Amino acid sequence: MNVVAIPGSLDRQSVDALLDEVVALDGARSLFDARHVRWVDPNGLVALLVAGSVAGDRQGAPPRLEPPESVDVLGYLGRMGFFEEARDIFEIQDRVPRRAAGPSDVLLEITPIRANDDVHGVVDRVQSRAGTILASKLGYPATSVVPFSVILSEVCQNIIEHADGAGWVAAQAYNWARRLGRWVVMISVMDVGRGFRGSLSDEHAARYGDRWSDATALEAAFLHGLTRFPDSGRGQGIQQIRRQVQRWNGAITIRSGTARIGQVPDWDDTPPMTQGLASLPGAQIGIVLPARDANP
Amino acid sequence: MTDRPLDPVAIDVGSLVQRTVASLYAHLVTRQTGRAVRLAIEAQLAGAGERSLSLIDLSEVTILDFSCADEVVAKLLQRYGDGEPREAFFVFRGVAEPHRDQIEVALQRQALGAVAETVPGRFELLGYRTSAEETAWALLEERGLLTEEDVSELLGSEQQRTALDGLVRRRLAFRSPTTGRVHALSRLVRHLTE
Repeated sequence: MNVVAIPGSLDRQSVDALLDEVVALDGARSLFDARHVRWVDPNGLVALLVAGSVAGDRQGAPPRLEPPESVDVLGYLGRMGFFEEARDIFEIQDRVPRRAAGPSDVLLEITPIRANDDVHGVVDRVQSRAGTILASKLGYPATSVVPFSVILSEVCQNIIEHADGAGWVAAQAYNWARRLGRWVVMISVMDVGRGFRGSLSDEHAARYGDRWSDATALEAAFLHGLTRFPDSGRGQGIQQIRRQVQRWNGAITIRSGTARIGQVPDWDDTPPMTQGLASLPGAQIGIVLPARDANP
Repeated sequence: MTDRPLDPVAIDVGSLVQRTVASLYAHLVTRQTGRAVRLAIEAQLAGAGERSLSLIDLSEVTILDFSCADEVVAKLLQRYGDGEPREAFFVFRGVAEPHRDQIEVALQRQALGAVAETVPGRFELLGYRTSAEETAWALLEERGLLTEEDVSELLGSEQQRTALDGLVRRRLAFRSPTTGRVHALSRLVRHLTE
């Protein structure tokens, strides 16, 4: 059996290593050992579902998951609705908390995106929560709930329109005291579909010739707004997400296949393009929106 | 000689979203929803005759995303745009600040223009337009109606008169076939917006 040791801090910085490790696993069944997880963010949670899906698909059997021992982390995973999704991906023998009904501090629980209705559900759900969180934690104007909802809508539609596979979205606000000295809202959207290269190849690969790769496919979509559809009205989603994220001095990165592209501000040292990552199905999108600087 | 003004119809997109897309959607998001709403608008227009003016009311829409702006606004205008035998004119109502950017982007991308009420009683020309079209449209909007004499007198240059013709051709203004007068679309829907 393969044993995948989940890092103690499963977050934006550590998910690449986890995903790379899963891609390299052999055909033996896997055990995901998350007992020592002490901290997890939306990227980590959604990436764990992606990692479990990839391992399960390749190994022909659902991997086992040992849940975190930390009561706080376990409770948080419960509030984020992690186990509702994880049950379809992992074999979990321990008793795990269910998502409680009623008020929650969660901005957006892990939500599967499979169809149009799911996107409506996401937009409906954040209406009642996002306004307060964006205003009180990030100092954004009350009206920012509209562009925030539009970002979520467009980024989730990317799964339906292009991925041709299952995906999830989650969002939460955190105090990034050490890293940035400010609160941030983090959005994570990942799928295990065909990825940007797979989506664009039929329409655009020939034009790129030998240069066609995961990196050029990401550049085509992210920088130039290309889509697989001939309709010139398409391709606005990612372009407009980038524009709005930039207005809020935020960061957006997309990993697909072996490459990752990013648009990041000064406070983030993620390179604009990374190549040579382990080849992962689908696309993994991360967005970080920081609080307005009180002393710009 | 009198004008035979268009008889405008009002289409409430907010209620159309809920009727068309079956159920509880309060927001105009996703391309699929936008397409369904546009098809419902087109179905309403199917019996409107060879010449129509529609007031598309977005006042009750809270969230409008870029995909829906493309489907409901840009593709609707393309469908009935310049070159189509049916003369369909549109005015968009309730294009408040939260919707404006999405609609501007969708229009600019397709080089389309639209007349929109952005705050109650105030109409603007959104999307792609030349500066001459902007000037001609602002004059028309201010006066509500331009006779042929007005056009000769107030639009001094050939470029400005051509721009007015362009607005008519792009269905951003209505020229009466009987009198030749050019009407601001906002005035033709005024009784529906007051």
